[in-house]
Amino acid sequence: MAQRPRTARRSDPRPRARRRRAVDAKTWIANAEALGRGEGELVALFAEPDRVHMALRDVAGTRLLTLAVADRRYPSVGARHAPAIRLERAIRDLFGHEPEGLPDTRPWLDHGAWPLAHPLAAKRGLPAKSRGGYEFLPVEGEGLHQIPVGPVHAGIIEPGHFRFTANGETVVRLEARLGYVHKGIEWLMQGAPIARAAMLIGRVSGDSTVAYAYAFARAVESALRLTPPPRAVYLRALMAELERIANHLGDFGAICNDATYVLIHAHCGVLREQVLAACDAAFGHRLMRDCIVPGGVAADLSAAEARRLKALVDSIAPRFRELVAIYDDAPSLLDRTVTTGLVSAELVRRFAAGGYVGRASGRDFDARREHAYPPYDKLGLEVPVFEAGDVDARLRVRLREIEESLRLIRRILDALPRGEVRAALRGAKGEREGVGMVEGFRGDVFVYVRLSGTTVVRCHPRDPSWFQWPLLEVAVKDNIVADFPLCNKSFNCSYSGHDL
Amino acid sequence: MRSLLFKSLVKDPVTIAGPEAEANATQELARTLEDLSRRVLGRSLVIREVDAGSCNGCELEIHALNNPVYDLERLGLKFAASPRHADVLLVTGPVTHNMRVALERTWKATPDPKWVVAVGDCACSGGVFAGSYACVGPVSAVIPVDLHIAGCPPRPIEILKGLVALLDAAARNNGAGKGAVR
Ligand code: SF4
Repeated sequence: MAQRPRTARRSDPRPRARRRRAVDAKTWIANAEALGRGEGELVALFAEPDRVHMALRDVAGTRLLTLAVADRRYPSVGARHAPAIRLERAIRDLFGHEPEGLPDTRPWLDHGAWPLAHPLAAKRGLPAKSRGGYEFLPVEGEGLHQIPVGPVHAGIIEPGHFRFTANGETVVRLEARLGYVHKGIEWLMQGAPIARAAMLIGRVSGDSTVAYAYAFARAVESALRLTPPPRAVYLRALMAELERIANHLGDFGAICNDATYVLIHAHCGVLREQVLAACDAAFGHRLMRDCIVPGGVAADLSAAEARRLKALVDSIAPRFRELVAIYDDAPSLLDRTVTTGLVSAELVRRFAAGGYVGRASGRDFDARREHAYPPYDKLGLEVPVFEAGDVDARLRVRLREIEESLRLIRRILDALPRGEVRAALRGAKGEREGVGMVEGFRGDVFVYVRLSGTTVVRCHPRDPSWFQWPLLEVAVKDNIVADFPLCNKSFNCSYSGHDL
Repeated sequence: MRSLLFKSLVKDPVTIAGPEAEANATQELARTLEDLSRRVLGRSLVIREVDAGSCNGCELEIHALNNPVYDLERLGLKFAASPRHADVLLVTGPVTHNMRVALERTWKATPDPKWVVAVGDCACSGGVFAGSYACVGPVSAVIPVDLHIAGCPPRPIEILKGLVALLDAAARNNGAGKGAVR
């Protein structure tokens, strides 16, 4: 249990070159097959009315491949690399492109309730007539029973449907059905001025509003070759770390609460509340929504508030450590979290699962270090990695990250440059594109954007949950039904970020 | 752990700490709310939260009502797991087409008298998502709404204020039920 995290080395802080390359079907397939063989990781897969894009990361760095879609068909990546399946089901629903060979052709985001089909295609379709119910994967066996849960859950959480198949108390299969909170964000962003698109992106997943705004701002700035003022660069990281701490504290409490250990939950609730109140005082919004904008930040930090933040960090640290000590010293609690909800290193690597889900199962990846975007190139970063892959390990990653974020906040406040916090945006001639990747509390948030002047032509945000949701289904297998909430909280995937 | 428990015993309660002005407002609100809920519903008001398409920001702040700082439950207000136990539906999000049926069913499953509170800009007007092919629009486009609480998301204190306003109106109408407070 008391596993030591590996102290990660810092990689080359120079930003990696990002390239986009138009490829033919053969190259596309070859790359998909390479992913299937484990040579590289799928970062994102998204479409436009006439093409599909695949972002991948391998020894050569991160790059983007584009394939023209002829006759609304293209060779399926999911057929060769399973983590792409749900992404392709979504592409099929939204654009009507047929991924040839896709092993699972059930709709994903389209529940048959939209007034039209293929809302993002060049030519939208008529809504499919009575698509009927959703066919869950068949389960056969003696003594099995099914437990349907959702979309409206018992707690104050987002909607989704979980279909459990249980043998007595033991879950033999969980299948999730998502898409309930699909809001059409990609469609709304098309043709939107940058400022409106920034508001939309900040509402993809409320708990990661800073991370999304941050990734979007970086994507826009890379498209327009704009450098935000140094003070803004530091303030962004400050907000990102505050967001991380607030969310991790919430999860720490919630996980313990689901193991009926209310004491830690109550104290975490207080700490989280103090962080949010401080954010409100410092930046004018508890979740720091709309505070990061392309060009810089919308809210500057006064000297008085900077001092208050420092005092906050100093007061939180010892109280937080006390809670960690309680967790470490509570066998009844550890009994619930240790060896519960196991995810193998192999699966995490195959799905390139980010955040605590990946780092709890040995995947040593953190976008802050890997892409070393400023100011993280100057702050130094210790990335905690555990191997156990259980609820306990996912929690311990968070606990270590809270410590690290507290340290980072102190450093940021000490090193905070003076000056402007926002540079003016000037649209460029012709079309320009850029990507941004930022480490949110949940994992790496990826944003692709293409601009014409200061109008968004196409924007695709990819939530880390896409590669975590499928692993939750694996994690809960062979656990008792009553441990599902615990497993679920330890993942804390975003529904909204996934459903878009 | 024992030392922490002991400290908690001798320390002032954390409930409704925070910035001064706000703290006073919360305290005052909390008292009104307690009084009202007792008059109207015999010291119990059960709330069912329904996310009908939110970005989860509103959920975070509704959740916060349960933390020791706001501690809704000490006022006899509590969140229920089932709509069948609820007096109030707190609904968030720009009701997506994919959630419409679930929202309607939840509403039908809630016994009368019941109140519906739309929480957040999305629930009030569709917010930034208004006009999307995937969204029906504000909550009022699907079920009757008794009270709107604006904000993106509204702060917990604002949600608390909203609940006070709701109970206030209900008390004036002597709990005549749905429709009476609109
Ligand atoms: S009102 Fe704001 S916080 Fe609430 S669901 Fe809408 S976008 Fe999210």
